[in-house]
Amino acid sequence: MELLTIAMPKGRIYEEALEILADAGVPVPDDLTKETRKLILTAPEAQLAFFLAKPMDVATYVEYGVADLGIVGKDVLLEESRNVYELLDLQISPCRVSVAGLPDKKTVNGRIATKYPSIAEKYFRSIGEQVEVVKLNGSIELAPLIGLADRIVDIVSTGQTLRENGLIELETITTVTSRLIANRASYQLKYKRINQFYDQLKQHIERRGSRDEDRQSE
Amino acid sequence: MSPEAFEKPIGFQDVTPTLARKKREVEARLSHVFSSWGYQEVMTPMLEYAETVGKASAISEDKMFRLIGQEKAMLVLRPDQTAPIARMVNSILQHEPLPLRLFYHASVFRTQEQAAGRRAELYQTGVELVGEPGVKADAELLALAITALQACQTSKFRLVVGHVELLAGLLASVCSSQKKQTQLTNYLIKRDYVGFEALLHQLENKEGVAEILQLCRGLDKKEYLEPLLSHSSTQVVKAAKQLIRIWDILADYGYASYITVDIRLLGNIDYYTGMYLEGFADGVGFAILSGGRYDQLYGQFGRSLPATGFAFRMNNLLDTCNIDMMETKQTTLFYPTPLRKTAIAKAKELRDAGYIVVLQIDDEQTDLVWRET
Repeated sequence: MELLTIAMPKGRIYEEALEILADAGVPVPDDLTKETRKLILTAPEAQLAFFLAKPMDVATYVEYGVADLGIVGKDVLLEESRNVYELLDLQISPCRVSVAGLPDKKTVNGRIATKYPSIAEKYFRSIGEQVEVVKLNGSIELAPLIGLADRIVDIVSTGQTLRENGLIELETITTVTSRLIANRASYQLKYKRINQFYDQLKQHIERRGSRDEDRQSE
Repeated sequence: MSPEAFEKPIGFQDVTPTLARKKREVEARLSHVFSSWGYQEVMTPMLEYAETVGKASAISEDKMFRLIGQEKAMLVLRPDQTAPIARMVNSILQHEPLPLRLFYHASVFRTQEQAAGRRAELYQTGVELVGEPGVKADAELLALAITALQACQTSKFRLVVGHVELLAGLLASVCSSQKKQTQLTNYLIKRDYVGFEALLHQLENKEGVAEILQLCRGLDKKEYLEPLLSHSSTQVVKAAKQLIRIWDILADYGYASYITVDIRLLGNIDYYTGMYLEGFADGVGFAILSGGRYDQLYGQFGRSLPATGFAFRMNNLLDTCNIDMMETKQTTLFYPTPLRKTAIAKAKELRDAGYIVVLQIDDEQTDLVWRET
């Protein structure tokens, strides 16, 4: 059996991604579930290797083929436009990419602070608004509070961080969930292995989906 | 002065002696294979008119390096090799008997949006088979590509084949809206299979959709295509027939196992008109070759001709060729000045015997001395 290497995103999606793999019956190394400083972990009997990476880098690792597969938010795919196959919507970590700002504040400088300059640029161009996009790497909510930018473009899931900082969600650009992605060469060379992995996850997602529906209809 | 002050433009790379040697070796092996199949090498200028070759090229105009020529015409750095060859075939080679079998080694130039690490100069070695319609030519190209890859001792590799008409026919059979067909195709161009499937599931022809999804698996045997021969769309039947015949021909070469059909595989849709192929090899995350049938291009150069071709992306191919480059030992021949003439004669004798010899004056010596370095 060929080895499959999977890039896992650290942070927001990690727990849920791990859970969906485990629930679908993918043998996940114990160390992955624990706090660990190891970067590469293997499940030798299943010929699987996992490594942890920054979410923004997952798509890069997969594009260059050092990972065959990766789990990554759609937000990263929209931002990075990497040349990878987007195989499966894992329907985990749902959230929105939104424009947020201070309530009742008139736009003064048209400046947008964001971790997603490319998404922001495209969005404002599509609605015909001229803005200046400022790239930040974290604590985006700070920008309107201290006057760096009028508004921000960022990920919103519950909206708690926004509320705590007195910001409101103004517009939703798009909704995102996490995706299974594949390197182009791996997908064509290891198609049997990857299709098997894909089926395993897909069946699990469908089962879970219909369970949720049952629960809702009760 | 620090090297930064005289660095080269972004996207361009020098080739070190070790890599240059490997590149030449791989090019020589490819030339040998192509020549032995009756293909002849051609070379075209690095600059072409934007108005003619630039416009006809499969590469979008915003990716071309432009400059102004001496007669004030807009020029481009050759963005691909196929369009210049079409220009050449329909001008100075117009009286040559068809079909023409041609090959080339050339750099092509493309500006890159994402600057970091992306190349602007790409090395390509490729072939064009001009004036021959139909599956015979397509199959010849696939077989040639496989033979060439074997000659370069490429790691485990696979050619993936798609067909523009097969995909178009399948999509048209489940969805009459032109707009939705375009949307579906756009998802495939972006390689967003999630979006593609989600939109398919919204369509009413559930049976047809299920059939398409069933075909979206690695089709590594021609038997998977056979059900399509009784499809209601004549476009689908025709394309499926072609792919099956290509597969049959490749089986006679003993190459059937190198092929997978992926109905979702798409090249530039305004350019390719039939079969489209990409090649992948172990250890490289990107395609090592791409190509296909392009029957519309030659019409733009005054004479419509069917044509098919492919190009190896040498930067990627070189990473996966397991050619052992033998480090040839170098000999240094030291001589005192008065013995120069003898030294030159000795060096010639050694070189003729296959040694690599560097001559070096050393007036401390009283006689010729040579040793491996």
